[in-house]
Amino acid sequence: MARLKSAADLEQARQKILSKRDPTKPCVTICSGTGCHALGSDKVYEALVSEISKNGLRRRVDLRRTGCHGFCERGPIIVIFPDEICYLGVKPEDVPEIISATLSGNRPIDRLLYEDGDGKKIAHEGEIPFYKYQRRMVFGSNRLIDPTNIDDYIALGGYSALGKVLFEMSPEEVLDTVKRANLRGRGGGGFPAGDKWETTRNTPGDIKYVIVNADEGDPGAFMDRSLLEGNPHSVLEGLIIGAYAIGSHEGFVYVRQEYPLAVNNLSLALSQARKYGLLGKNILGSGFDFDVTIHRGAGAFISGESSALMTAIEGMVGEPRPKYIRTAVSGVWERPSNLNNVETWANVPLIINRGTDWFTSIGTDGSKGTKIFSLVGKVKNTGLVEVPMGMTLREIIYTIGGGIRQGRKFKAVQTGGPSGGCLPESLIDLPVDFDELTKAGSMMGSGGMIVMDEDTCMVDVARYFLHFLADESCGKCVPCRAGLEQMVSILDRICEGEGETGDIELLEEISEVVRDASLCALGQTAPNPVLSTTKYFRDEYEAHIEGKRCPAGVCKALISYYIDPDKCTACGICLRDCPVEAISGGKNLVHIIDQEKCTKCSTCFEVCPTRFSAVVKISGEPVPVVPPLGTKVARKKGKQE
Amino acid sequence: MKKVRLNIDGKDVEAKRGMTILEAARDAGIHIPTLCYHEKLAPYGACRFCTVEMSKNGKSRLVTSCVYNVEDGLVIKTDSPRVIKIRKILVELMLASAPVLSELASQYGVDKPRFKSEVTQCILCGLCVRYCAEVKGANAITFVGRGVNRRIAFVDEVVSTGVCMDCRECFGICPTGKIPRETDGASFEGITVQDVLARTQSR
Repeated sequence: MARLKSAADLEQARQKILSKRDPTKPCVTICSGTGCHALGSDKVYEALVSEISKNGLRRRVDLRRTGCHGFCERGPIIVIFPDEICYLGVKPEDVPEIISATLSGNRPIDRLLYEDGDGKKIAHEGEIPFYKYQRRMVFGSNRLIDPTNIDDYIALGGYSALGKVLFEMSPEEVLDTVKRANLRGRGGGGFPAGDKWETTRNTPGDIKYVIVNADEGDPGAFMDRSLLEGNPHSVLEGLIIGAYAIGSHEGFVYVRQEYPLAVNNLSLALSQARKYGLLGKNILGSGFDFDVTIHRGAGAFISGESSALMTAIEGMVGEPRPKYIRTAVSGVWERPSNLNNVETWANVPLIINRGTDWFTSIGTDGSKGTKIFSLVGKVKNTGLVEVPMGMTLREIIYTIGGGIRQGRKFKAVQTGGPSGGCLPESLIDLPVDFDELTKAGSMMGSGGMIVMDEDTCMVDVARYFLHFLADESCGKCVPCRAGLEQMVSILDRICEGEGETGDIELLEEISEVVRDASLCALGQTAPNPVLSTTKYFRDEYEAHIEGKRCPAGVCKALISYYIDPDKCTACGICLRDCPVEAISGGKNLVHIIDQEKCTKCSTCFEVCPTRFSAVVKISGEPVPVVPPLGTKVARKKGKQE
Repeated sequence: MKKVRLNIDGKDVEAKRGMTILEAARDAGIHIPTLCYHEKLAPYGACRFCTVEMSKNGKSRLVTSCVYNVEDGLVIKTDSPRVIKIRKILVELMLASAPVLSELASQYGVDKPRFKSEVTQCILCGLCVRYCAEVKGANAITFVGRGVNRRIAFVDEVVSTGVCMDCRECFGICPTGKIPRETDGASFEGITVQDVLARTQSR
């Protein structure tokens, strides 16, 4: 396509693309996001290509590789349009049947459909409970477009917001719109984006920068990744609009090196946008110039912090610097630099197109619009979910997430990434927005949501996150570097059964200083996992310290396994599977675990047949005296009691 | 240039615009303790020991005085209970790696340190690194590693050019005495000052 020189050109181009597309023509879409890719969607795609051509259907069926749909654990996902029949967990060997039954015969294949708890099959993607209760306005286009083809984005109305902004709105009007929409930063702090834009706009200077923060580093979080991989133009369009409002002609996307597909799809998006005249000099003939450089991060979590990120763009070690003068005023090379996260930028075209009234009608008083969460952990349906601000934790975890796996009991949900907090069951009806989460001692962060069940030890969880944060601390300031190091060592001691009275108070004392005195947000929020667990799960800490007991049975130093001689049938499975030969026994002889040799790997506990359940896990009590070696079993193998 | 008026520990103070709270306090004869500050160097804000409590428009918050610029009407408390509590924990944390700070620690009531100690004699104030870079322009010392693994090290390629021979100014700037002491042979990420100097002498 030729370079577009006006808003009318863009509209014409859209009509031309649409005129070549028949909405009633069958189109097989296959998710090629990272999750489905890992589950083998490439192979399924190859099978589709060859099967479609083998059946002579190439002219009658479209095939499209799309971005991430969000229901990653059930991938690879195929959706067949126009009926939107959704197949989950598709393997290459399923493809011939998909072609013959569904495409040629118009019959769904039952075994590939979603099955709800009552065994009912659901054929349409939108009716699967995981999707049904979401509001996918930012993330929703991922499933419809091939991220490597700009035409797909344009066909859905892409870049029309940019056209509107460049030809119908002044920069001030754009700024005012974003301010009135009360769009808050989706990357963590929830700072009003419009206010930040205004600061950068009003700061004197010829050169200003706009930056996309795609340095998503929270364990278990992949919403920015999926958005950048699956719909890079939506982020880019938001960025160009922001640049126009701010008066910037140069932008950066700071993206993790570990996100190769995101880098690839974004690079393609940039070059396609340049070719179409949507990026570069004289965008759409408006006279506005703007271009973008991709900066790849080198693998440090701390580089997601705005001042560290900007230092890294300058080519130096990504370490934070004091921000009493905001980066919006003095950022990259001391020039005004406006940084927003991927999801924040992707909201901008929606706000421009659909208006502030629409946007502010969604969400709560203080938090407008939707938020994408990465729902993971012990929940049945894991993946990316986009919901209106204010939906309760219960709705997200139970209605969308389908509740806790294997009928276990809910214990806590950790929100906000590693430096978020753990919220207990008593807060499950909390409406999720920026302010409510902060009030409860956690935070929105970038939208991680890790669900934990009763088999999770909260002290161990706090220890895990503190280890992560201590490893990722840049080490520049004392409270974060040395404070986290000491907190980790205290938590390690508690989990090792060497906790002492006063440790909880000491943890809280250090936490307060780390929170109040650290240089950047990493340190300031790092104590959250500890403070929220000592607040809501203090009894677990006390059990570890005073009772030398791990109530969830997780901390190895505090648990033991033994074989109940009355239940052992001498089946020999545990003896055979024990990796350290800690179990002795023999034919018809009670099996016995040598506590000295046992590494508490839990293998015996897991392999002992449930009908015997002879291996017992205990914590906080001495191992019962077992009969001497050579004692005959009382119960015979295979006999039911 | 218009002066800025603020109040530090109950004393009305006039300061030049662009000055930090720390500089304004020092000019007024009010002591704020520091460990990573040096008047010849750009403020670094890493030791956090100069944290003070600041009130502005009735709202109080903790700020780092070496990097916070003065503003009209600020009310500063350099030794409020919150500030003292922070310094106490900070010095206790640093004491775990640098026992040489014991005198400073006892000023804050830390007589029985509670933390696991791993003595490196370095508090990573970065004075040597920054002085060598900013004042000497030599860049012979650098930070290596991240977080708890952060250390200082000499840059072999730079030291071997001989720049350190007549300088040794980092010896005097090191607040814990680690650098001069470790010329006796203790390891500095594998390169000792003595090694370095011996090597440069032999060239």
